[in-house]
Amino acid sequence: MDNILRSLADIVDETHVSNRQEELFIYSFDLGTAEPRRPDYVVSPESVEQIQAILRLANRNKIPVVPLGGGLSLAGLAVPLKGGILIDLKRMDRIIEVNEKSRYAVLECGVSQAQLTSYLEKHHPQLTHSEPGAPPTATIAGNLMIHGQGDLAQPYGFNSDLINGLEVVLPTGEICRLGSCAVGSEWFTNHPLPDINVFLGWYGTTGIITKLSMRLFPAKRIRGTGQFVVDNEELVPEILFKLTHTQMAEDIIAYSRAIPPFSDGLQHITVNIAADTEKELEWKQEVLWDDTLGEYIRNGDGAYLGFTMGLERPQISKTSDYKKGGGFEYVGSIMPIEKYPDCYRIGRKISEKHNIPYTVTGRCVGVGHSMMFAWTYAFNRAEPDTIRHAKEALHETDDIVVELGGVIWKPGIYGQKLIMERLDPATRELMKKIKKLLDPNGIMNPGNWDVK
Amino acid sequence: MEATLYELKFNIEKCLDCPSQACLTKCQYMNIDSKTAKNEIIKIAQGEDSFVLHNCVTCYACEEYCPMGNHPFYLIVERQEALDCAPVPRPLIKRAIKLGIPFRGEPEIKPIDGPALNMGAFSELMPLIQGKLFENIPVISTDARKMFHYFCQLMYLHYAKSSVIKERLPGIINTIARHKPTQLICFHDECYGTYASYCPAVGIDVPFEPVHFYEFLFERLMELKALIKPMNLKVAYQRPCSSRLSPDKHLFVNRIFELIGVEIVKRTYSDENALCCAGTIQGQRVEGSRKRARELQRKNIEDMKKAGAQICVFNCPACFQTLGRVVSENGIKPIHMSGLCRLAIGEKPTGWR
Repeated sequence: MDNILRSLADIVDETHVSNRQEELFIYSFDLGTAEPRRPDYVVSPESVEQIQAILRLANRNKIPVVPLGGGLSLAGLAVPLKGGILIDLKRMDRIIEVNEKSRYAVLECGVSQAQLTSYLEKHHPQLTHSEPGAPPTATIAGNLMIHGQGDLAQPYGFNSDLINGLEVVLPTGEICRLGSCAVGSEWFTNHPLPDINVFLGWYGTTGIITKLSMRLFPAKRIRGTGQFVVDNEELVPEILFKLTHTQMAEDIIAYSRAIPPFSDGLQHITVNIAADTEKELEWKQEVLWDDTLGEYIRNGDGAYLGFTMGLERPQISKTSDYKKGGGFEYVGSIMPIEKYPDCYRIGRKISEKHNIPYTVTGRCVGVGHSMMFAWTYAFNRAEPDTIRHAKEALHETDDIVVELGGVIWKPGIYGQKLIMERLDPATRELMKKIKKLLDPNGIMNPGNWDVK
Repeated sequence: MEATLYELKFNIEKCLDCPSQACLTKCQYMNIDSKTAKNEIIKIAQGEDSFVLHNCVTCYACEEYCPMGNHPFYLIVERQEALDCAPVPRPLIKRAIKLGIPFRGEPEIKPIDGPALNMGAFSELMPLIQGKLFENIPVISTDARKMFHYFCQLMYLHYAKSSVIKERLPGIINTIARHKPTQLICFHDECYGTYASYCPAVGIDVPFEPVHFYEFLFERLMELKALIKPMNLKVAYQRPCSSRLSPDKHLFVNRIFELIGVEIVKRTYSDENALCCAGTIQGQRVEGSRKRARELQRKNIEDMKKAGAQICVFNCPACFQTLGRVVSENGIKPIHMSGLCRLAIGEKPTGWR
């Protein structure tokens, strides 16, 4: 056993550390197109103290460290580009507290979306959280690290806007708390202290989130989805504007895709509605479909497709079947909603060029202040040529996002480079200083957000 | 296009001779007197615009009401298309047309040379055709990925698109014919209506004998009569729009109910006066259509409750999808006819509690 492996085993015990190739292989890739790279060690801590000890060990030996949640970013963000120690955080999965009256939950960093969803349904049915529609094993903390959005994004914004506090282990091993938990034991607010949160969106390059407080929201008794369809993409921004104006929707998503054929060339708009009574539901439906969108129906430009009880989580993973072989990756972007028509047309064009059935989706964030627009590209894992096409399509889309004035969401290495090239020099310098201050040896998830 | 080969056999003289104009006077969704009815149907037959074309909810019922066998509903749909006044918005029509496009490979054709049960575009509902009633009957369109190769297309009557039906239907018939069925038992009565009513009305040849699903069920129940235990349930029947194309087969509803010992409750909205599930109405262009659909559903279900129904029996999967939940929330159990028949012979249909 080498010295690092022995030291890691001393921290977490021998059963939770490995350098066996078959286990390193599992941690060498994610589900997207990123090139695989094996870590040298994988370790699975169960406490904050163990994480502190691992980071101190890594710092002493200048070994790269990559924190891993669900490993589902698709953009290769937790692929250990420079090897080192991969810290699998899934064992830290305690739901520490749910405060029903103040509507928040304090969680360890390995708690998954499905775990919180089922816990709330069972123990606090009046509360819900903004569920991103990722596979159920995606972690809450991982989603925060990429500024994810969930099915309450329309009224409340990004999930990273919904935190009440964080506990972070800094790259040098110190524990740091942000929010009300920094001055007392309560985790009910992130404000009004001076804002020093430099961890969200950094992909773990400035520290590892170990605990977090997440805002929860009223779970109405009835939740369901209504659908509307138009055949002119130019109408989508004004429809989204009108729908968000009503402030009656929990989630608003516009999408178009080549498969199945009924969605090809058409823009579907799904609207999640919640209500405690049938009366409230009918009133909301009347306002949304009859009053707000009625003019489109009457003049024949838009159609109401009906309302279905229960929520079907958005599943762009279905696209992985388009080329067989189960592969897909997408470029996400944060865009003004008025760019929807351009984004849709560009998505079709790039997809057609690479012979990939197109899939585009735009989710309203924060009352239409922006949308997360995603272009999804399927590939067959067994066919290198389709992987090459998907990669090229992804890079071309990254370029287009920047040209359109959008911001690439959870960019991979190529997208990060594009952003860095355009980043305000003073901002870049500030990032560099922050990074140097927090991670003097540059051990944290190296290769990501590298500020030269 | 092939569609132009097929012309609706509609005889305006029959309308002129009609003593009742029942096609429009009996309409449950428009209040039309006999004089207006005659004027409007003649206008429609002559290719002129009419308020009927704009306000039709496409419930198919006028096909049944017409005492002259003159296909008023098929005519209305043809005129809606010709005059570009479809009752539903344009994107809904485009969506529906694309919905029927097969996109998951070619069907596997296995010659049968005998009777076959056709699932049409409802391959996903194979659980509804399990058990003794369906033993030894070859089934076609069993693969949901390929079911649109067997899609009868008649749904496009709701979308003012007769042209799509005429264009695609000969190909669908050809696909089915390659299985060499002598008799085609149609799981959905819209398929039966297509082959038994629409095809003759527009001159499309059908090289097999269509059999109504209920006629098949009745005959199978007769064969298995020894297994039937009277159910002593009070049931309501949700009659679908497509059954208006085969009113001569509607009698099998009562025959089956009688055979399995269920009592059909006396309702205002049954048989000829049945109300549509309103699934199509909610998406129509006429102002207030969504609320109107809700109101019709409420009226329909209140009628079932008032009559004391314990069970609501569905024929059409689309009606089931539209009304099933609401029916159930009102304390009435929804079930497909095949499920009810399986219960009667001591089997437990999928999902039944």
